[in-house]
Amino acid sequence: MLEFVRDALSIILFGLGAIAIVTGAIGIVRFPDFYTRLHAAGVTDTAGAELIVFGMMLQAPSWLVFAKLAFISFFLFMTSPVATHAVAHAAWVGGVRPMLGESLERGDVE
Amino acid sequence: MMYATAAAAVIIAMALALVRAFAGPTLYDRVLAGNSFGTKTVVLLGVFGYLTNRPDFLDIALLYALINFAATIAILKFFRYRTLTAAMDVLDEPAFAEPVAEKTSMAGGAPSGGGAPGRGGAKTGPTSKGGANA
Repeated sequence: MLEFVRDALSIILFGLGAIAIVTGAIGIVRFPDFYTRLHAAGVTDTAGAELIVFGMMLQAPSWLVFAKLAFISFFLFMTSPVATHAVAHAAWVGGVRPMLGESLERGDVE
Repeated sequence: MMYATAAAAVIIAMALALVRAFAGPTLYDRVLAGNSFGTKTVVLLGVFGYLTNRPDFLDIALLYALINFAATIAILKFFRYRTLTAAMDVLDEPAFAEPVAEKTSMAGGAPSGGGAPGRGGAKTGPTSKGGANA
């Protein structure tokens, strides 16, 4: 019974994580603007990677593996938003401007 | 089975991120795609360890997560200053001098002349600070 619940939870987590990662990658390719691509990549990468790591944590064969996965989860959770913010800030300082307005004019690169 | 599915999804996503890394019009698109590719590599290493029943791959994944973050920051810093060392001199003086001057100008300007001088001081602050910090 416990095994079944664990497997079911882990399959759900893996499925959600895979969906998040693939949709984020499609967003990286398809979105029109740097900042929208950044949104797709940042949000779905953090969520998808965390969900898949959580799914692996449920299946961990030993506490050592569990602890390693917990460390990976912690570091990803801390560094991924920081890296996303750093890229966004560097792009803004470097002169990349977002598309604005109803017609979505190309943001000018100064 | 579910490990194979997750690995396939991550590999598809890595291919799509590579497309953006090669096609990206600006430098920052490429950096973003590279960072995203690295995060997916971490996940793929972990899933691959589970697939082959060798969870030792998690050590590599842990190391890769940290190196990926440091590499992203280092690349961004390099393309801002064209060097990785000399920018420390730039970072040293104005970044610590700026908030003090900003605070005193705001404290002096707010009671006497409305919000205009304080707002002007705050507006020049972030741009010059952003130039030094980024």
